Amino acid sequence: MAPVFMVENVNAGYGDVVIVHGVSVKVDEGEIVAVVGPNGSGKSTLLKSILGFAKLFAGSIFYQGKDITGMASDRAVSMGIGYVPQVNNVFPNLTISENLDMGAYHRKGRASVKAGLKEIFEMFPELEVRENALAGNLSGGERQMLAIARAMMAQPKVLLLDEPLASLSPKPVSVILSKLRKIKEAGTAIIIVEQSVKKALSVSSRGYVLVQGTCAMEGEASSLFAEESSKQRYLGLEAKGY
Amino acid sequence: MEEALLKIREVSKHFGGLYAVNEVDLDIEEGGIWGLVGPNGSGKTTLFNTILGLYKPDHGAIYFNGKCISNLAPHDIYGQGVVNAFQLPRLFNQMSVLDNMLVAARGHQGDKCLYSLFWRKSWQAQEEGLIEEALDILKLVDLGKCTFSLAGELSGGQRKLLEVGRGLMAKPRLLLLDEPAAGINPALGKSIFQKLKDFSCNGTTFFIVEHRLEILFEFANWVYVMNRGRMVAQGEPHDVVNSPAFYEAYLGEE
Repeated sequence: MAPVFMVENVNAGYGDVVIVHGVSVKVDEGEIVAVVGPNGSGKSTLLKSILGFAKLFAGSIFYQGKDITGMASDRAVSMGIGYVPQVNNVFPNLTISENLDMGAYHRKGRASVKAGLKEIFEMFPELEVRENALAGNLSGGERQMLAIARAMMAQPKVLLLDEPLASLSPKPVSVILSKLRKIKEAGTAIIIVEQSVKKALSVSSRGYVLVQGTCAMEGEASSLFAEESSKQRYLGLEAKGY
Repeated sequence: MEEALLKIREVSKHFGGLYAVNEVDLDIEEGGIWGLVGPNGSGKTTLFNTILGLYKPDHGAIYFNGKCISNLAPHDIYGQGVVNAFQLPRLFNQMSVLDNMLVAARGHQGDKCLYSLFWRKSWQAQEEGLIEEALDILKLVDLGKCTFSLAGELSGGQRKLLEVGRGLMAKPRLLLLDEPAAGINPALGKSIFQKLKDFSCNGTTFFIVEHRLEILFEFANWVYVMNRGRMVAQGEPHDVVNSPAFYEAYLGEE
């Protein structure tokens, strides 16, 4: 079975600077994969390059077997690729339901939007009870939930999440993780970029470890950090022989 | 036991309900390179800013050279010899690289009214000496060729180097560096650390936040590890690398 989404040998960065070197990541239907790595390892740049927010110097992007390299971000979203940036991911001056409406931009007809809203509220009942609250007044966890829900309104087949757990306290983290499991069970594949390595791997079947822009390790999530040396490699300390 | 150069006792700093620094204790003895590491948001920069007087601690005390500096203004702390180089360089873009260096020197005689009016020879001699020192430091940080360029014309990496150079120019007793190797190629990053190590032999003490652990751990004498505002591990690099708390800080909990 071909993966639902795949990036192959991607070189990406900003201006003339290449930050990501030859990275390949794939995700199958209904699977969660984690891309983890320390600060500055190129995780966010990799995601941004998929949607054209960072420069893609080389490599290819495939969605449902089709080469979509260089596709405009709005077309990618309408095809079924959802993206949740790390920050500025909601409209703070709009209410929860207005934010969700914005996520349904590509859906045709009011009935479809309404049906989508119903589905989303079933998955995120916490948002329904506060649907008229301004997004800017939400807590960090609620805001992150809204950002994910907004992306889900576009009915993506694959969801790209940039550090959804950053700066959240333990309770909202476990809520977000349980939502990701539900999204996966509903059939959407997820690529989650995270620095909270163990948390991200706990919901993922596979993981990729980026270190200084290259993929240093990949494998089953449960065994990725089983060996002590892999932890040192994650922090770039392996060659020092501690 | 020798009195620590910098002594931090039970220092906390919170912003609303968030404890960015939570009951931190720390000792830095004179000389050598001391590291401070931890994941994003662990409180490293807040701790630096608290040492520098940019934030007042909500609790606890900071002693430098035996004297409490917790309530001193930043410029007074600078005057004591605690100097920093910011993570994002804050240069005078319209001034030359050399002038940026000269501004950073402490104790300019020409700053004082009487000196500037009546002891011209004295402050001129001091300035000439400072220029010599600045040129030496610029060579050290590989900016010799840019001495007369405007700071605003430097590349990102060069700006970083100038920020480090300015820190050295103040002849600090304790120099706090926030990510000196970030945005610089690995070979140059390593050579900067080697030079800092050489400087530390002359009595300057360095306290460095750095995400490039492989470089920091090669040169640091002692490393402190922060996670969620607390100091969770400390020791020689070899011991820190084998500490579970160090990995828990970076990999998180399940």
